[in-house]
Amino acid sequence: MGSQLEDLKTAIRQALPDLDVVIAWAAGPDGLAHTPLFITSESDVDLVQWDPRCSQNLAGYLPGLRGKKVGIVAKGCDARSITELLQEKLIDREQLTVFGLHCQGALDPEKIAAMADCGRYVRSAEINGGELKIVSSKGACAISLENGLLAKCFRCTGADAQPCDQFIGEHGAPPVLKDAPATTLDRLEAMSMEERFQFWEEQMGQCIRCYACRSACPLCVCQDHCAAQSREPHWVDQTDHPREKLMFQAMHALHTAGRCTECGECERACPVGLPIMTMKQALNRQIKALFDYEAGLDSEKTPPLFQFRENEEHIKERKW
Amino acid sequence: MSVLEGKELRIIGFLCNWCSYGGADTAGVGRFTQPTDLRIIKLPCTGRINPLFVVRAFLNGADGVLVSGCHPRDCHYTAGNFYARRRLEVLRSLLPVMGIEPARFEYTWVSASEGQRWRTVVQKFTEQIHGLGPIPAFKSGTCLEACLGTAI
Ligand code: SF4
Ligand code: SF4
Ligand code: FES
Repeated sequence: MGSQLEDLKTAIRQALPDLDVVIAWAAGPDGLAHTPLFITSESDVDLVQWDPRCSQNLAGYLPGLRGKKVGIVAKGCDARSITELLQEKLIDREQLTVFGLHCQGALDPEKIAAMADCGRYVRSAEINGGELKIVSSKGACAISLENGLLAKCFRCTGADAQPCDQFIGEHGAPPVLKDAPATTLDRLEAMSMEERFQFWEEQMGQCIRCYACRSACPLCVCQDHCAAQSREPHWVDQTDHPREKLMFQAMHALHTAGRCTECGECERACPVGLPIMTMKQALNRQIKALFDYEAGLDSEKTPPLFQFRENEEHIKERKW
Repeated sequence: MSVLEGKELRIIGFLCNWCSYGGADTAGVGRFTQPTDLRIIKLPCTGRINPLFVVRAFLNGADGVLVSGCHPRDCHYTAGNFYARRRLEVLRSLLPVMGIEPARFEYTWVSASEGQRWRTVVQKFTEQIHGLGPIPAFKSGTCLEACLGTAI
């Protein structure tokens, strides 16, 4: 048996004749993050990469490729997005081939660039043992992989892709990581309401309204028909004001309530680095407490906001 | 400018057509005195309420938002209020994360015959909002000021 990467390439090569496209990762421009690769011919397979730099969740491409026979390489958390898309009937199981992997954590390129103080202009970077060795204009340095992981890896609940048609490598438990970084939600909770409001005003003041958060979200399937751009009703106006940007974030959070798997793509994609997954995490926590439900785990379940109980066990209504 | 300027706060009420709007009407017909801070928006059913209505109201400067519909099992469309209850409970967790005091928002059920109950709800909720005072404003001012700033 070869390495996980070789096994993955072999599996893709074998399946390719029956598929229109296979989505995987290839080396990115700067060595800190791999980039999506759309494989349509056998020669593309040589470009495939698999290591902790495969941070991007590729599931977001699936709804746009509906109708084609698609193969996709998925980490544990990516597969949760796939489950959610299947559950909402936004993609078809029979058209899909999932190459599942066991993941030991994915790197956060922004965090690494900050730790290595090298910007995103590295000359070369390679993974060796538990370290990422970086050569940039500022010299060479090594960052321990564990320190450079995405925040979500510290909360990983399943590192093996499920659903999966072909599992590559050995099944295993999520990485065991110490010292989970404090989340923005934790930090907000220590603030007064007024401070929280000011926090968002300041954060949203930096938003450039590129909507990368929306484009990156695997569940934002409306894309060009987004309610944020409708004139009638005019949910969000064109003014360059934090109020409107905050409104958009509330919209993203509420439109993904009960659906968001905390894949972190919105934050990963944000060019300004805004902590926009925070609101979604708060909603997820509430949904877990009220309905004992987590998105992306079971494609047969009815999502919590698509159903109700006459007597809600965990809802206490106010008596006036 | 209203004589009540400074004394009144802005409270928005989203009421379903079949029960709570009728309940508010009953309170009016019964000539019950009530605080006048509440502005009512009539909707067909609480099931029509998108939680974003509430967020939009707050971001546009409402100091409080009240949602009221038919009692559970009495919804004119059978289940609108059951779905609404779930959505509004989820919304409740978003507001404090945004920095909006959760007590600025409430939902309840008032039937068309419950004029008295309607008055109690309006009174208590209005008091609650007055206890909290006006909603915090953006430091950068209003959208209009931002627009004028760019224009000049
Ligand atoms: S809202 Fe963000 S974290 Fe949630 S599914 Fe979308 S991209 Fe992932
Ligand atoms: S990705 Fe970031 S900057 Fe772009 S719209 Fe979203 S929050 Fe704003
Ligand atoms: S009609 Fe009143 S809540 Fe549905």
